[in-house]
Amino acid sequence: MARTRFPADAGLASRMVLTMFLLGLLYVVFVGVLVALKIPLILVLLIAGGFLFFQYFFSDRIALSSMRGREVTPEQAPELHQMVDRLCALADMPKPRVAVSDSDLPNAFATGRNQQHAVVCVTSGILRRLSAPELEAVLSHELSHVAHRDVAVMTIASFLGILAGFVVRSSIYAGAYGGGGGWGRSNDRDNNAGAVILLVVLASAVVYAFSFLLTRLLSRYRELSADRAGAILIGRPSLLAAALVKITGEMARIPTRDLRAAEPLNAFFLVPALAPGFSFSSLFATHPPLERRLEQLAQLEAQLGRPA
Amino acid sequence: MKFLDALLGRSKPKQPKLDALFGMTGAAITLEAAAGMRPTGQAAVCFKPASGQGFAAAAEELHDLLELAVKEAGSTVSVTDDRYGYRWVVLTDPEMEDLVTSAHLVNSTLEQYGFGPQLLCSVFAFSASGGQRFHLVYLYKRGTFYPFAPLGGERRDNELELRVKAILEGDLPIEPELGRWFALWGLPLG
Repeated sequence: MARTRFPADAGLASRMVLTMFLLGLLYVVFVGVLVALKIPLILVLLIAGGFLFFQYFFSDRIALSSMRGREVTPEQAPELHQMVDRLCALADMPKPRVAVSDSDLPNAFATGRNQQHAVVCVTSGILRRLSAPELEAVLSHELSHVAHRDVAVMTIASFLGILAGFVVRSSIYAGAYGGGGGWGRSNDRDNNAGAVILLVVLASAVVYAFSFLLTRLLSRYRELSADRAGAILIGRPSLLAAALVKITGEMARIPTRDLRAAEPLNAFFLVPALAPGFSFSSLFATHPPLERRLEQLAQLEAQLGRPA
Repeated sequence: MKFLDALLGRSKPKQPKLDALFGMTGAAITLEAAAGMRPTGQAAVCFKPASGQGFAAAAEELHDLLELAVKEAGSTVSVTDDRYGYRWVVLTDPEMEDLVTSAHLVNSTLEQYGFGPQLLCSVFAFSASGGQRFHLVYLYKRGTFYPFAPLGGERRDNELELRVKAILEGDLPIEPELGRWFALWGLPLG
């Protein structure tokens, strides 16, 4: 019987299920409120769905072009391709496209809606700073994101947030133009329509806030999952830990301007790029704190240390 | 199940498929009969060493077992680590059957210790009628084979590879996706 040395992390999985459940619940409640308020739901869904569709199908191109990453052939980057080749054979997954971004920021990201459309991109900064084994650990983390279909999961998870944000905007817009006559079809009196719009704005804002927090929470769990799967794939958890420490250490030394330019893409990154001095609550972080990630990797290392 | 695993972000380490490896003996006969391609008597098993005491114990037992098996079969064995952090157990024996048996010993020992997912591939070296070297690579996770014929300057002889594929299609499960026929530059076989 085939055996694995790593027991499944039931805690992480159950926390993730709970987060997804809360997101779904929020979704149902929100749609219920919209229906109760007689909003033309089809219209809202169509437009929000359009955004989602776009983000989902073009995620690889959006992320690549905003990071100015360019695809490299095996001839241009033989070592990088060899590493990805072997890791894919080890994990039994189709090989993603490989891209390099000319940025001094030491980072890496994976994107693409499924394994067939995946791209793994590393910056020239990370290529220069990490040793080959460390780079391989980083690549295995990114390949795990691909295997877990994280772009699809996170796009769908953030759908509600997009939807709610859209309703807020269009309600305010409608409110500015004649008390929102177009919204509440059965509300002929201006008074009533104004109240409805206020309610919709409030409800949407609250929903948006909650879904934002929950998707961030989900994102942190996905990161931990990718760390775990990546470390198990190469069989050397401490190597990924070393790479994380190295990158985080280097991140603090990079000039602020570069960092700010990269911030909107944080959700895709290996280590979030945050300008120093920008204080943020851990609630909003897309990535778990370094200590939490190192702790998990140390645990895996301990499991490897146990005699069979 | 696969969908659920993706949703929960818990991809499981892929276990190796070991059985198809025994098809190598028959494949070697077919290659020689059909095209005069002969095994060079060298093979290698490649895996990714893990850290920790668990793997060290497995490696130690593997070493002892190999030594015994090699003495019995009259073959030789050497171990090298490549620059990508993979370990190669290189076996030399004129008999294809002994090579396959020794290779399987490496597989089963690692699997027994729970390190089956660390297995990458095993490689059997051949020489074509003109003296050109090529290799048959067995992908543990796919359970399939593909030919790899390196030329100088990191180029591949695709024609020879496709010819070998055509010859062996009846004997061995050949990897259908050409994208997975990855190159193994600088592999420690003669």
